[in-house]
Amino acid sequence: MILMKKVFCRPKSLKKTPFHYCPGCGHSLLHRIIGEVIDEMNLQERIIGIPPAGCAVLAYFYFDIDMGEASHGRGAALATGMKRALPDRVIFTYQGDGDIAAIGTAETIHAASRGENISTIFVNNGVYGMTGGQMAPTTILGQSTTTSPGGRKERRDGLPINLSEMLAVAKGSAYIERTAVNSPANILKTKRAIAKAFRVQIEGYGFSLVEVLSPCPTNWKMEPVDACKWINDVMAVHFPLGVLKDVTGDRKDAH
Amino acid sequence: MRGNHVVAESAVRAGCRFYFGYPITPQNEVPEYMSERLSKVEGGVFIQAESEVASIHMVIGASMAGGRVMTSSSGPGFSLKQEGISFLSALELPAVIVNMSRGGPGLGNIAPAQSDYFQATRGGGHGDYRDIVLAPNSCQELADLTYRAFDLADKYRTPVIILGDGMLGQMMEPVELPPEVQLKKLPHKDWTLTGAKGRPSRFLRSLLLDPFEEEEHNWKLMRKYERITKEEVRLEISFADDAKLMVVAFGIAARIAKGAIKRMRDEGLKVGLIRPISLWPFPYKAIHELTKKIRHFFVFEMNMGQMLEDVKLALEGNGEVHFYGRPGGIILTPLEISRVISSYYYQKKIG
Repeated sequence: MILMKKVFCRPKSLKKTPFHYCPGCGHSLLHRIIGEVIDEMNLQERIIGIPPAGCAVLAYFYFDIDMGEASHGRGAALATGMKRALPDRVIFTYQGDGDIAAIGTAETIHAASRGENISTIFVNNGVYGMTGGQMAPTTILGQSTTTSPGGRKERRDGLPINLSEMLAVAKGSAYIERTAVNSPANILKTKRAIAKAFRVQIEGYGFSLVEVLSPCPTNWKMEPVDACKWINDVMAVHFPLGVLKDVTGDRKDAH
Repeated sequence: MRGNHVVAESAVRAGCRFYFGYPITPQNEVPEYMSERLSKVEGGVFIQAESEVASIHMVIGASMAGGRVMTSSSGPGFSLKQEGISFLSALELPAVIVNMSRGGPGLGNIAPAQSDYFQATRGGGHGDYRDIVLAPNSCQELADLTYRAFDLADKYRTPVIILGDGMLGQMMEPVELPPEVQLKKLPHKDWTLTGAKGRPSRFLRSLLLDPFEEEEHNWKLMRKYERITKEEVRLEISFADDAKLMVVAFGIAARIAKGAIKRMRDEGLKVGLIRPISLWPFPYKAIHELTKKIRHFFVFEMNMGQMLEDVKLALEGNGEVHFYGRPGGIILTPLEISRVISSYYYQKKIG
């Protein structure tokens, strides 16, 4: 008799709802690896997620955990109130680039500066995805969007913001890493980074954030494979991958 | 005790353990008092946020987690909180929000005014919603209504607004403070986000993409508002028995008007006072009842005539309405307002 062992299945902290995301979108991958981390760290009963306004607003249909929706940009403030009320729970926000680096910049920088013990997953795809592909604070120079026709120009549109670098400067931030979900190796690194961010919170070090460069083939008007390649060739040049800050002195997650 | 301190102390006694705010005159004594007081209470949290916008969203977070939570502000700061107040209303989250209002529009000034009446009673933010609005006229009432506001917020799962003004916030009066509630004895909330332990996971959201779902949610809110309208109207009517003219005023203006009415009564003028305490729900019915025997209504506000519209709606064309208002932070004395009212009284040959 051959004993069959299940080696791959849906994480139990994800509901059995098919994702609505476009083909090649990074959100589905990210949801899955966050689900895996929640399972592996046994957090399902004590984690609360704050989904954003944006493509991932329906995250509560996919995650089988408690979730409270924030308005555009206010995730870090909402998470602050929640974490202060429930200090022994794990609170994370899930935010896009427009959400966190434009309308919610103040909330995010101040939560980091207060050393607010929360974790943030910052999905950077360089466009406002849900509203149809407008220019984001992280749209790189030359990148064409519906509100930067002909490509983002410095004099007309200003320069993109490297929010994670800014947050790394904040004295209250504990762990900031930029990863991507464009290859199996990068996906695994992202998963390790998210696990570390949650651990940093559980151990009380302060604000942790993982910025994830994520493909948006629909609004980039690219094939999914090309979008993944574009992250390596173009996006990661402007937003270099790696650990930007780590005050834990813990090297076991280094890669 | 100073009005602003009364609000803060009464809130803590009502079980408020979370306060998030941002400095703005004339309510700064609320955050100052809370920073000290909550640091000495078990589980007490005070944060001076980076903005009014951030503070109201911190309120949302703590309310989702089940806490009794408050924020306070004035005029311009209250406008900034409107985004969060709309979300609190949509998400059906309890919270107490204090507006010690000041002269406006714009930065205006820091003198007492009542020009935020429309903003408070009509929802204020985007979408179809109402919040309970309570208008105290003394430090004692600040204590009582703030205390009561937390129960109302929890009972109806709705934000409750305390609409004071700079004068109420700054004035000092003796106050009998309410007793401290036992947090454990408060009714259990079965909708909070605390981590899905021993129960299915939950979510709280205000996004309802399907118009039919959104419509149903609006109807649900409307049914709640109808219940509130039936059960939570508060007002004070004085000197009505033989009155030929009723002054209608709220908050500190009603306090001033009462002084004026006593003065006029001494001179034999038959003047009474209607003081709406709940500005929403507004006491339409009670005021309409009075039109059966009284014909003249004199609305006095420290603005350009905002509650005036509700009084007209209440009268439904029965009776004559006269308005006198002083905007911009002007505080009338009882003597001045008594002269204005009695001159109208004589002009109309009411007596």
